[in-house]
Amino acid sequence: MAAPADRAGPNPPARRLKVHPLPVRVTHWLNVAAIAVMVFSGWRIYDASPLFGFRFPAGVTLGGWLAGALQWHFAAMWLLVANGLVYVAYGIFSGHYWKSFFPIRFGAVLAAFANAVHGRLPHTVGVYNPLQRLAYVGILVVLVLIVLSGLSIWKPVQFQFLAGLVGGYEGARQVHFFAMAAIVAFVFVHTAMVAIVPKTFLPMWTGYARRQPEEGP
Amino acid sequence: MTRQRFLEVPSGRLHDLERRLFLKRSLSLGAVSLLSGCSLTDNETVQKVLHAMSRWNDRVQGAIFDPQRLAPTYPASAIARPFPFNAFYREDEAPEVDGEAFRLELAGLVRDRRPWSLAELNALPQSSQITRHVCVEGWSAIGQWGGVPFRTFLERVGADLTARYVGFKCADDYYTSIDMATALHPQTLLALRFGDRVLPRSYGFPMKLRMPTKLGFKNPKHIMAIYVTNMYPGGYWEDQGYNWFSGL
Repeated sequence: MAAPADRAGPNPPARRLKVHPLPVRVTHWLNVAAIAVMVFSGWRIYDASPLFGFRFPAGVTLGGWLAGALQWHFAAMWLLVANGLVYVAYGIFSGHYWKSFFPIRFGAVLAAFANAVHGRLPHTVGVYNPLQRLAYVGILVVLVLIVLSGLSIWKPVQFQFLAGLVGGYEGARQVHFFAMAAIVAFVFVHTAMVAIVPKTFLPMWTGYARRQPEEGP
Repeated sequence: MTRQRFLEVPSGRLHDLERRLFLKRSLSLGAVSLLSGCSLTDNETVQKVLHAMSRWNDRVQGAIFDPQRLAPTYPASAIARPFPFNAFYREDEAPEVDGEAFRLELAGLVRDRRPWSLAELNALPQSSQITRHVCVEGWSAIGQWGGVPFRTFLERVGADLTARYVGFKCADDYYTSIDMATALHPQTLLALRFGDRVLPRSYGFPMKLRMPTKLGFKNPKHIMAIYVTNMYPGGYWEDQGYNWFSGL
């Protein structure tokens, strides 16, 4: 597949390829901050009435006590949602989604998975492999789910139709927890992949990746 | 408890702060996103930002609140047994109120401030509900409460229904306050009974305000006095940082 067109201008540096547009980079790092605050304060809120037989150690939580954690959670939710809406709007209207993430073919995902299991992580600059596509679209679905279940926990009466879709107030607590777990798992794998392929880190700040001769279009 | 004490609660202060910080709202989003770490919660600027966001969330929740939308109700089989006791003290420390001598005090923007006995309250029209109590800690439990629709009571005593707040003073020194829209909600009940018993001491004898549209801590127990005001009255937990509106 051809790499995305270089949008740097009429005379772009020949060996540099624009891989992450500015709106994606800005929303990505704002999202990192929002998710960090939501997860660490959420753990503190969970600890006030654990759903399962464990608590998160207080040292890895944010807020100091329940009221503080709730303040962080209900402040950062605005950043998470506003930033998420900007990202989704950009993804849809710029064509970023369709160009970068679709199609996702089942056979290709399986092949990429088999490759990854065998330690092969083929990476073409500017192109997401099938496993990446599945992961990035999947995490977007999880983020939508965590926002909808969160709204159901926050407003089980005013948004009772929404709460009904995720099993009512208590069902929403479960969905919210497992969506958090999925996000944390994603973050672990995502950062591990960046550690394994470190050249992918800087482009999320600068937007540009060095084009390698054998990878060029 | 004297009537004067109720009206001495400092007001305005929070709203001045709210106004000053309102313009910083957009900045606050940026600040929250750039900061992380536990010690930051103690930082004064962070505290102001978080406080301002909580006041902003009060406004948003007030706008979201639909005065006619009813909380879901449940069959009797769904009632939690035993229904959990929850307070800032142990169950055996719950206040003991003499029901015979008890008189509910009224203050503030109320036309008829004559105190009410339990017998008089029981003679008013009664209603009951089986609804979900949701605690700010996360857990929830379904219970059944019966009593006087609070709107009926407020109308009967000639409360100013255009006032902003209704405040409550309790026998356990608890205090809290709610918005008038929630006070007038059809499911807001001056509860005198739990299930088919007189409201037991553990659950707030002689009365609690039951609102299935607000978190548990907004539902005061052992109510001794009710006042209507336009001055922000705060609350026991609210003054320590819990969100004031706390609607469901």
